[in-house]
Amino acid sequence: MVREPSRRILVTGLGTFWGGRVAQALEQDPDIEVIVGLDTTEPTVELERTEYVRVDANYSILARIVRAARIDTIIHTFLIVDPTQMSQRAMHEINVIGTMNLFAAASSPGSTVRNVIVKSSTMVYGCAPEDPVFFAEDTARSRRAVTPVERSLEAVEGYVRDFAEDNPHVNVCLLRFANVIGEEIETPLTRALGLPVVPSLLGFDPRFQFVHEHDVVRSLLFTLESGLPGVYNVAGDGMLPWSEVAAICGKRTVALPPMGTAWLVAPLARVGLVDLPDEYLQLLRFGRGVDNRRLKQLGFRYQYDSAEAVRAYVEAVRLRRTVGDHSPSYRYERDVEQFFRHSPAVIRE
Amino acid sequence: MGPKGDDGPGRPPSTRLDLVDDRAPLESVHNGLPTSRALVPFPADERPAEPAEDVRQSDVDEWGRSERMRSLARRIYDPVYRHWFRVEWEGLEKIPVDGGALLVANHAAAVPSDAPVIMHGIETELQRPVYGLADNYFRQLPVVGTLWSRLGGLPGHPDNAYRLLAEQGQLVLVFPEGTKGPAKLYRERYQLRRFGRGGFIEIAMRAGVPVIPIAVMGAEESMPTLVRVPTVARMIGTPYFPITANMLAFGPLGAGVYFPAKFKLRVLDPVHFDVTPGQERYSRSRVMEESEAIRDQIQDALYDMLRNRRSVWFG
Repeated sequence: MVREPSRRILVTGLGTFWGGRVAQALEQDPDIEVIVGLDTTEPTVELERTEYVRVDANYSILARIVRAARIDTIIHTFLIVDPTQMSQRAMHEINVIGTMNLFAAASSPGSTVRNVIVKSSTMVYGCAPEDPVFFAEDTARSRRAVTPVERSLEAVEGYVRDFAEDNPHVNVCLLRFANVIGEEIETPLTRALGLPVVPSLLGFDPRFQFVHEHDVVRSLLFTLESGLPGVYNVAGDGMLPWSEVAAICGKRTVALPPMGTAWLVAPLARVGLVDLPDEYLQLLRFGRGVDNRRLKQLGFRYQYDSAEAVRAYVEAVRLRRTVGDHSPSYRYERDVEQFFRHSPAVIRE
Repeated sequence: MGPKGDDGPGRPPSTRLDLVDDRAPLESVHNGLPTSRALVPFPADERPAEPAEDVRQSDVDEWGRSERMRSLARRIYDPVYRHWFRVEWEGLEKIPVDGGALLVANHAAAVPSDAPVIMHGIETELQRPVYGLADNYFRQLPVVGTLWSRLGGLPGHPDNAYRLLAEQGQLVLVFPEGTKGPAKLYRERYQLRRFGRGGFIEIAMRAGVPVIPIAVMGAEESMPTLVRVPTVARMIGTPYFPITANMLAFGPLGAGVYFPAKFKLRVLDPVHFDVTPGQERYSRSRVMEESEAIRDQIQDALYDMLRNRRSVWFG
């Protein structure tokens, strides 16, 4: 199948960590004509030419945008995988209803969409004692999904599959990312590693696999560029025992009792001491590894393995500890952005 | 990342990263489409160019095994192996010094004593690691599960076995009887249980490696089960709960102290299957046939060894 290169791209979740970074990276490719970013909140990173459109969480005007801007590629980054960020209901709206509407719009008659890239998570594999050491892309999870995040991601992947089946002319690419770590991202794991002592479970030292935040963006762009359909795990090489992750960060671990942990952690979460949702408590028990070879076989090269990604994180933490958080603060001002993009006074090349 | 104000069109290409490994023939997956155009540029990060020193602090491999822990365990276990069980091997040369092979043995003793003996023996004699597949029940136990993992044990998932055997050419030890072996009573000793559903045969066929049967004599008497108490097992969630002779003899210590039964192990001839490796599925009847044949071989070898055994303690 001869593929038209992506020229007019729609990015969902522009205001999120990933959406903003992907849009920034896309802006640097002069061949990409249009970048439209959707979100419920304003962008948090500075963007040069991306058009921001505020939408409600379930994208009711999406079909119109796709048609009006002749979008040929959708990069769907707006999936919540950190359950501490919002309520269960809000997450369901964004993940499940949002994705459903996104695909409904993309498959509407006369749709110009030819490529879809979805950023999912290896959380869909779950975490259970019956698990293999490495999950391949087609390995089924061992136990039924029970947590809201996992169930919503499962529903999302179901929509992705259905869409790919119903629209064989569209390249659908689903990337599943392992636990992301790096200089900037904040996840329940980085918060746990940032505590004075790192929580672990007594008698358990599972292995963790990480992917560096740059490799996440790079892999999204890689699949965009290569236009390869399919499901791919994205995770750095190697796995580290949790105790070693803590040691690399220069921290001691404190063992929580392995029985009734969720019950014990709940009051600690209430006062903001430890915030480990169920999925992560389970990870601290059994860990999770995925087979990352399929994407590598296509030519993707990771810059960081799991250990290097953790190191990058801890180096950034040390730097911040000394010089403070000096990331440029940016506030989206609608009028200013409109001026730079559309005013005749601005000379554009 | 990426301040972009000064990244105009004249930006030098050197700061751009290739997203594609140029060694990999991407053309092939592109169906001949030209891939020469620069890939989507992405701001380079501040990663040092020189090869960074290793960040790793432990030597835990991707399977959870740690050679350091393993060698420490070997040092501690060696006296037990030599002076307590006085292990004797027969036909150890049938185990290859390189390449994958699936070791299959009979399983016994309430807290199985055969797995450490086999793993220790092969690691010290052949200087190559053995990965032991266990019931994933192990993984759920605090401390024990982690220790088991560091010492070369891993959950008995077919994907794990396949990757170790076919792709890494390792030795993998499996007890096809599963927990039915150690759960059996003293009066049922050396009577092999059902060999599961023959999954181990299928894995060996798919991985294209031989199965090497091992008959173990001595484990049954090292910790004999007198009665099973299923009620307790249900209560504490274990596969079985035995009352062992060791418990009667040593009290609570009996959970970890074995009788000094003489161990003899006989390695049988490797079984090769002339089937195409890598198939999704193999003939059920063929798999069950091979599984039964291997079970019979081990059973016959055990009877033969028992016929020649004068004493449980001195062999």
